[in-house]
Amino acid sequence: MSKPFIEVRGLSKFFDIGNNKILKAVNNLSFSIQKGETLGLVGESGCGKSTAGRTLIRLYEPTAGNVLVDGTDITKLSKSKLKAQRSKMQMVFQDPYASLNPRMTILDIIGEALDIHGLAGSKSERKRRVEELLELVGLNAEHASRYPHEFSGGQRQRIGITRALAVNPQFIVCDEPISALDVSIQAQIINLLIELQKKMDLTYLFVAHDLSMVKYMSDRVAVMYLGKIVEMARSEDLYANPQHPYTKALLSAIPVPDPEVEAGKERIVLKGDLPSPVNPPSGCPFRTRCPAATEKCKSDVPEFREVRPGHFASCHYA
Amino acid sequence: MKSILDVQNLSVSFAVYGGEVQAVRDVSFDVKEGEAVAIVGESGSGKSVTAQTIMRLIQTPPGKIKKGKVFLDGQDLMSLSEKEMQKVRGNKIGMIFQDPMTSLNPTMTVGKQIMEGLIQHQSLSGAKANERVLELLTLVGIPNPETRINQYPHQFSGGMRQRVMIAIALACTPALLIADEPTTALDVTIQAQILTLMKDLQEKTKTSIILITHDLGIVADICDRVIVMYAGQIVETGTKHEIFSNPQHPYTKGLLKSLPRLDQAKDEPLIPIFGTPPDLIKPPQGCGFCSRCDSAMRICETEIPEQTKISDTQSVRCWLQHPYAKEQGSDAGKEASA
Repeated sequence: MSKPFIEVRGLSKFFDIGNNKILKAVNNLSFSIQKGETLGLVGESGCGKSTAGRTLIRLYEPTAGNVLVDGTDITKLSKSKLKAQRSKMQMVFQDPYASLNPRMTILDIIGEALDIHGLAGSKSERKRRVEELLELVGLNAEHASRYPHEFSGGQRQRIGITRALAVNPQFIVCDEPISALDVSIQAQIINLLIELQKKMDLTYLFVAHDLSMVKYMSDRVAVMYLGKIVEMARSEDLYANPQHPYTKALLSAIPVPDPEVEAGKERIVLKGDLPSPVNPPSGCPFRTRCPAATEKCKSDVPEFREVRPGHFASCHYA
Repeated sequence: MKSILDVQNLSVSFAVYGGEVQAVRDVSFDVKEGEAVAIVGESGSGKSVTAQTIMRLIQTPPGKIKKGKVFLDGQDLMSLSEKEMQKVRGNKIGMIFQDPMTSLNPTMTVGKQIMEGLIQHQSLSGAKANERVLELLTLVGIPNPETRINQYPHQFSGGMRQRVMIAIALACTPALLIADEPTTALDVTIQAQILTLMKDLQEKTKTSIILITHDLGIVADICDRVIVMYAGQIVETGTKHEIFSNPQHPYTKGLLKSLPRLDQAKDEPLIPIFGTPPDLIKPPQGCGFCSRCDSAMRICETEIPEQTKISDTQSVRCWLQHPYAKEQGSDAGKEASA
């Protein structure tokens, strides 16, 4: 296998939340992403998936661990050097309503990215480049002079994607890019992301909670629970053959838009809620909700191991 | 089977700067006893406004019920005074709102909030009401009801709060339960818990349910009949089997095609619906879906399609299914491609 494009080793992000309490949002993550690959990151709210995405490109300072982007360890870089690296890695945010400055025109929103990285020589070149980018994502060149409120949610997300693309990135973290959009619009954005990936050889980290979209979008999928990856495998493999009881429950919980399938389905309903990441359970973090938990799960932390070739899980019984 | 709710030609508008948003346009449907009906559609399609109008929760102004009648057990809710309406809300119709984080009162204990309806509508004494609240908390699956009853909403998780909302809605054993996106704010594993609970409760109490959602998966799971709304109108209705296996309206078809299936390969592209829904300040003269429809004909731009019956339970508002189109057959097709 070739050298991975993104390599994450022992990445952790802890938040000090006062009263001597530490919230371990992301706890010792290790994974890698190949060039041109999409890694899906799924989990429930509060499992640390968004924090992982943000820490990965140093929007949050990591507490521990290293992130190698194309061989460069970005956790060690100075501010100015990091800025130069940032053109390689960009982010598409969840809420297209909150992530665009309402007082700036689209030209300036996208142009700002070009200015920061000194990618546009003259004013006219800047404008030409923005218009080119807008057309690339299926908007019109004349949209450049408009303000965000003049666009619908799907169009705004296209603008968010354009802004990320402006600096010719190689790696994009997509943090729930479709969850704020209507069903009929979601497919438009997903198709756009896939098309751009093919055209520009992009590498994606696709963070989402919609499991069927993640499966469709990703080559490999990692499932997070309480700040840790509990299972990771090629997406067909993970969905066809889940090893960790949490993944099994998560998959069975997705309502399928087909009455025949729903009628015949045995749904695993997990008891209780996600435990607090401030005070995670001893041993296996999932044991409080796991239908198959034993004494061993209480005392021993399961190791994240390769249960089958290319299929990793952290469960004593996988 | 008897209809418990009958909505006839309901139209609701909102006055805004720059005009009037016609949020609900001529909507008619009924809900039978013990039936679970889903209203699906995207944001702005008028599904929540329809539900709130049934409960008369539309703020007027800016909202206005332009026309239409809503019969609950033969009584027209639109003609009731506010005082009479208060006897219906929470008593005959229960409602579960989308966001359990903001729809409970943070300054009142959960027990008091469930009790409010019981004391108001059934004039139960404090002790009796207390007993009933404990019963309800057990019914919706909240452990340790004796301690929980005296706790405040912030001590509950999202899923537990939604259970409390369900307990409030069911407190007076209403004939109809309206659930407006009850699981949208919840995680999938918690959503599975709430859906299972709702299914169980419906079997136990035989309450009719209107479930408003944009998630077709949930519809397939717990509903009997489906109403598809688009741009303020009902575009298609039918049993869930008809809607999923034999959709007739191009919007319903498009919606089903734009969802990835778990068995779908990555090289098989999703088929999105292009464009965006129309602006309801100036709703299109003809069919609301016309501008996004692949098979739009000339008539679609000018005339709102009539309701066409496909079967006893399924009907659709689309010119393609209209008897005229069937008669014209290939002619209509030619016109469309021209």
